[in-house]
Amino acid sequence: MKILKDGSKTQVSFTLNGTEVDGYAEPRTLLSDFLRHEIGASGTHVACEHGVCGACTVVVDGKAVRSCLMLAAQAEGKEIRTIEGLAASDDSFNKLQDAFHKRFALQCGFCTPGILMTLSSLQDSGRRYTEPEIREALSGNICRCTGYREIVDAALDVLGDRVVA
Amino acid sequence: MVGAAAHADEDKYVGRRMLRVEDQTLLRGRGKFMDDLPVAKGTLHAAFLRSPHPHARIVSIDVSEALKQKGVKAVVTGEDIRPYTKPLIVGFENPMDYRGIALNKVRYVGEPVAVVCATDRYRAEDALKYIRVEYEPLAAIVDPVAACADDAPVLHDEVGSNRVSRRVFTHGEPEAAFAASDRQTEITIRYPRNSITPMETYGIVAEYQPDTGGYDVTSNFQGPFSVHAVMAIALKVPGAKLRHRSPPNSGGSFGAKLTMFPYIVVLSVCARLAGRPVKWIEDRLEHLSSSSVAPNRVTRIRAAYDADGTINALRMEHFDDHGAYLRAPMPAPIYRMHGLSTNCYRIPNVEVINNICMTNKCPTGAVRGFGGPQLYFAIERVIAQVAKDLGRDPLDLMRQNLIQADQFPYRAPAGALIDSGNYQQVVADTVDQGGLEELKARRDAARAEGRLYGIGYAMAVEPSQSNMGYISTLKTKEEREKAGPKDGAVASCTISVDPLGSVSVVGDSTPQGQGHQTTLAQIVADELGVPFEMVTVNLETDTQKDNWSIAAGNYSCRFSPASTSAAKTAAERVRRKMALIASRFMNVPPEDLLFKDGWIAAQSNPENRMEFRRVGGLAHWSPSSLPEGMDPGIREVAYWNAPELTPTTAKDEINTSLAYGFAFDFCGVEVDRDTGELRIDRYVTAHDCGTILNPGLAEGQIRGSFASALGASLYEEFVYKSDGTFLSGTFADYLIATAHEAIDPVMVDTVATPSPFTRLGAKGIAEGNQYTTPVCLANAVADAIGRQDITVPLTPAKVFEWVNGEEEPAPQAAAEDEAEDLIDYSGDALRGQGSTFVPASAEQVWQTLMDPAEMAAIIPGCKSLDKQADDHFTGVVSMGVGPVKGTFEADIRLENLKKPRSADITGSLIGALGTSRGRGRVTLVEGEGGVTVSYEYSIHLSGTVASVGGRLLSGAARALVNQFFRALVRRAAPEAKSEGGGLMRRLRARLGGKK
Amino acid sequence: MKPAPFDLCIAETVEDVTGALASHGETARVIAGGQSLMAMLNMRLTEPDLLIDISRIPGLDRITVDQTGVTVGATVRQAELAAHAEAREAVPLLAEALSHVGHIQTRNRGTVCGSLAHADPSAELPLMLVLLGGSVTLASAQGRRTVAAEDFLTGTLTTSRRPDEMIVSAHFPRPPAGAKTAFREIARRHGDFAIVSLACIAQGRNLRLAVGGVADAPVAVDLADVSAETLPAQLNALAWRLRGYDDIHATARYRREMIRRLGLDMIMEAMA
Ligand SMILES: Cc1cc2nc3c(=O)[nH]c(=O)nc-3n(C[C@@H](O)[C@H](O)[C@H](O)COP(=O)(O)OP(=O)(O)OC[C@H]3O[C@@H](n4cnc5c(N)ncnc54)[C@H](O)[C@@H]3O)c2cc1C
Ligand code: FES
Ligand code: FES
Repeated sequence: MKILKDGSKTQVSFTLNGTEVDGYAEPRTLLSDFLRHEIGASGTHVACEHGVCGACTVVVDGKAVRSCLMLAAQAEGKEIRTIEGLAASDDSFNKLQDAFHKRFALQCGFCTPGILMTLSSLQDSGRRYTEPEIREALSGNICRCTGYREIVDAALDVLGDRVVA
Repeated sequence: MVGAAAHADEDKYVGRRMLRVEDQTLLRGRGKFMDDLPVAKGTLHAAFLRSPHPHARIVSIDVSEALKQKGVKAVVTGEDIRPYTKPLIVGFENPMDYRGIALNKVRYVGEPVAVVCATDRYRAEDALKYIRVEYEPLAAIVDPVAACADDAPVLHDEVGSNRVSRRVFTHGEPEAAFAASDRQTEITIRYPRNSITPMETYGIVAEYQPDTGGYDVTSNFQGPFSVHAVMAIALKVPGAKLRHRSPPNSGGSFGAKLTMFPYIVVLSVCARLAGRPVKWIEDRLEHLSSSSVAPNRVTRIRAAYDADGTINALRMEHFDDHGAYLRAPMPAPIYRMHGLSTNCYRIPNVEVINNICMTNKCPTGAVRGFGGPQLYFAIERVIAQVAKDLGRDPLDLMRQNLIQADQFPYRAPAGALIDSGNYQQVVADTVDQGGLEELKARRDAARAEGRLYGIGYAMAVEPSQSNMGYISTLKTKEEREKAGPKDGAVASCTISVDPLGSVSVVGDSTPQGQGHQTTLAQIVADELGVPFEMVTVNLETDTQKDNWSIAAGNYSCRFSPASTSAAKTAAERVRRKMALIASRFMNVPPEDLLFKDGWIAAQSNPENRMEFRRVGGLAHWSPSSLPEGMDPGIREVAYWNAPELTPTTAKDEINTSLAYGFAFDFCGVEVDRDTGELRIDRYVTAHDCGTILNPGLAEGQIRGSFASALGASLYEEFVYKSDGTFLSGTFADYLIATAHEAIDPVMVDTVATPSPFTRLGAKGIAEGNQYTTPVCLANAVADAIGRQDITVPLTPAKVFEWVNGEEEPAPQAAAEDEAEDLIDYSGDALRGQGSTFVPASAEQVWQTLMDPAEMAAIIPGCKSLDKQADDHFTGVVSMGVGPVKGTFEADIRLENLKKPRSADITGSLIGALGTSRGRGRVTLVEGEGGVTVSYEYSIHLSGTVASVGGRLLSGAARALVNQFFRALVRRAAPEAKSEGGGLMRRLRARLGGKK
Repeated sequence: MKPAPFDLCIAETVEDVTGALASHGETARVIAGGQSLMAMLNMRLTEPDLLIDISRIPGLDRITVDQTGVTVGATVRQAELAAHAEAREAVPLLAEALSHVGHIQTRNRGTVCGSLAHADPSAELPLMLVLLGGSVTLASAQGRRTVAAEDFLTGTLTTSRRPDEMIVSAHFPRPPAGAKTAFREIARRHGDFAIVSLACIAQGRNLRLAVGGVADAPVAVDLADVSAETLPAQLNALAWRLRGYDDIHATARYRREMIRRLGLDMIMEAMA
């Protein structure tokens, strides 16, 4: 049993997009804050801090989760993926990024990292999805700009069970 | 799809679906939003203490304990801010003293009361609960019409009335027209409070510079920059000493990031007092309770018309509810629409009465649509009602009264100079492509089966690029004359060509995701004949270095008409200059030169050409080669203004906007009788917004606007109880449609009538569905269920009651139980009543209830209870249900003691989670084997608990009452066997479930 | 919106947890998936001194399916139960109800037992536990006890769990062989807490009906000799008994109406 004391910072380390990272966190430090302000991975956004909007979605051990509802200390030893890790090593867009670009699936881009990480966790399953399934999978992500059609089309381009016009 | 009709010129970028340059940054997570910017070491983080009360006098604020907390460097109150500021002015003279933080009164739940500046945000929040504020609660008012009554509690004593402005406008001869018309129809509409709550909240870093006496602020403020002047005046510095910068990216605004400027003023002073930069990122709870909302409105609207359907006049009285304060440019929304008080119809006479009302709610601000949704809800509902009253097809009636294609530019009676359009064509295309006839057949089929199905229509003139002078319409002619004219709308753009010949564009449009970088690059690349990639657009703003005007910013669809015009103008100037340089080298007149594909070539002899970048380079590397008198370098600034935007006339007519698009929607909706849910069978929307600059972006704006309008129609509302308690405090209360709920509208390919008044013929496009969708759906529901009074959001519970009669009564047997444990949070207060049997004598129970030591053991979570007098107790309770717990200071008084029969109890609980004030009565009735203790109470709850926990409050109250009575039985009758289980157990026992 | 300070205990055994709970009592809180607790911490609706993270305790992550039903350990995530083939087969209603619990991201972290411990009156899993006549097993330094669903869920966010106890597992019995089951809910949006949720088990004309979101905790009733004729009156009586409450999303009346209307619809479907 490990007890982390309030007010004192302890080291937290995990794999971020394939690279070991570490930093210092208080017991109460949120994973979202830790990623953004301690590690400097500010591509993950925060828009509600009560678990409803999905902007902070990251992939932990292969599963999409809300980083505002997780403590940094709980990430110890985990494998975390964020928006910064999506592009290929030569900096070119991956399929989802590319589809978002071609479909005009983002406007302000604030919700986009969370949506891409949610979809990217689906991509790992290797399954193909119907439009209702995609819409349901995105029901935990709010976008205020787009109206979602373009996002759903982009997702279907990559994950869908049919070709979209 | 949009824009297919406006065939793009193959050679041009404008009109093409150019992919967004912004995406390269954003899709990699490399955007630089406000909270991503690095800050100086030592920067403090702010947290706000906010009012739990809708209306109260501040008796005292004690920050001494808070200052002692770890990491806290400053705690700032309204009184601390006062010496460094002047009140924030608005568009007309009034004595309201507003500086962004409460001075001696709080006027809405969530109003800033104090600011803690600490070394990090966590610690800043830690200190909030150590600030002690003593309030004297006052009666609150939330309804704008009631607020105008003489006996309503007044928010601003110095104003003396909650109606801070009333103006009566008469355009044409409405009175005569009403008298002469065959018929009249009147309805009253209520438009709710909503907003589009951008995903990124407000963010500000403010610094005071003692060396210059100025302030340096970075924030995601969206403009209009006229408000920069308001801030500088409030901070008592010259404009140039208030440097405002904006970050490269902004996560949406939809108007919300206009009224953040009071926070900039407050935080600037905080930084000054703390002696360090101060950063604040608004959190979502703060955003929902106290950032910015659209004014809710009550409108009584009356139409006068002839039997043949010709509408002769409208008369409308608006009660526009701006909440607790007016913040510039409020009450702008109602005036922004003034010129369009007759929408798209040829109605020559109109009377408009504008009442601007103050209530105990969050102050208002800009929200996409800016006054349009409220106005058009009234007009389009009354038109639908007129059709119904005449027994006419609504669309037929609308068509009959539409402005004709040959009437443009059309001067509407209230002053709008509607530039261009072909409304008939848009309607015809929409009816055709949207399949109206088929939809009607579906409606008829559904109705034949007894289902509730309706069709709704709505039209709207979509204004874009506001006249900066329209708000002056609020003033009387005399006041306007005194103040001097206000008009126009300036946009600026700066274009440079660097020594290597690449092109930089700097604009003043502070975008929040609309793709302005892409569009400006398209326009400039076309004008200069260079590849799109060669143009770099930077839209960060810096008021000390960049060109800007009071109109700068991103609002009211300003970009497409105005910012693009400025860009085109600046690019033309660059081209002219470069043509002059090239002409000298190429020996051809500048008029002969064509800019294309990165070359400047003589049209008369295409072989004779120079590379664009070489010509650009010459201006830097060799000033001596330039034509005589020409300045070296290439940097052209254009300030563009529209002469059509003239000041308000003596008769109060105002051309409120520059370019006017048109939207027409219809939809088919089915109402589920059993659940009250709506199924939108089909939604069709058409927009003529002039030249389409980039169809990909245009469609995104339409779909985005539609989705938020759908939200406003079905889900979104900031709900206040009549006592001023705020209930929509989280994203689980203020609901936003997700991909699962959002439906796709059918988008019609229709005419694009360019605006003659904008350089590219473009008009705004981003707000149309804000205007049409709520009322289109409301009209469909009205048609489906045959009801006149329709309010949005169309929640299932509300619609259910509209379509179903009285509820089936309770069966006889159940009615008897009803007296027990009723807790109700539907009215203004949480009310409860019930009774419990205690197997002890009345004397014993009375003793227990009157003994502070006993009570301390009974009151759930009571830590201490001291007797101040026989009938007055104070103490501390740590109360809650499950994990939700707060510590409260309790103050309890007993009145009307009738030993051992009854007592009245009044009291209050005050804590960081909120406050509650209540009164109750306990009655003891002796019976066989014990006493029945009956109670009733009503409690006004306010603050965090009420705003975020509404769904669970009555249950939580019941849980606490249960705990209390179980403890009472234990203390008053220690021998008695505990029944255990409380209400749920009794309930289940009655229901015959397993014991 | 940041949590107040607390100590964080990363527990490795159940005894770590029960020990810490015994010494800290009410001021300690177990954190399982954090999908309810973290939001409350961020809003400072709760300020425990000690948070006990149970997610790394080995052995609590098991799903066991046997003749009696499905037993779910304290750290089993909702998504894991929903995807568990045998559990789906044994109690198909569970997966159906789980698809309405929040969203992918919350199900990936939220636990089954955490939802029961949290005892939201609208939550689907407590409804299932009550409908199926399930139970939870609690551990304290004193030992273990198993509590029937209806005795466990006592009200809004309140259970009969003592402050020194943690849930180690929950048991969802199989519905009787040959019985038909159905589930319905109405929520404002997909994944929102239900306004009303309903589930039933029908065996011939005997019916067990559970209702969530109306009273302070889910309630199940057994009705015998049910028919299309008797049901409306039975549902009306139930609706008035549970009464419901007004909130920002719906009125008490609406809640009662959904018992009458959705309830009837669901039951007729199950009994068809
Ligand atoms: C956006 C959103 C939507 C949601 N929608 C729904 C919904 O539709 N339906 C629904 O049912 N839920 C919903 N939830 C809540 C659900 O996701 C939670 O998972 C669940 O309520 C709690 O489970 P948890 O494991 O996350 O528990 P935690 O949040 O970790 O804990 C919740 C409470 O239970 C206690 N606790 C947890 N585990 C134990 C244990 N083993 N022993 C003792 N005490 C324990 C904690 O101390 C705490 O008080 C939603 C949540 C979010 C964020
Ligand atoms: S910020 Fe985490 S879900 Fe909204
Ligand atoms: S793109 Fe702006 S919120 Fe989704």
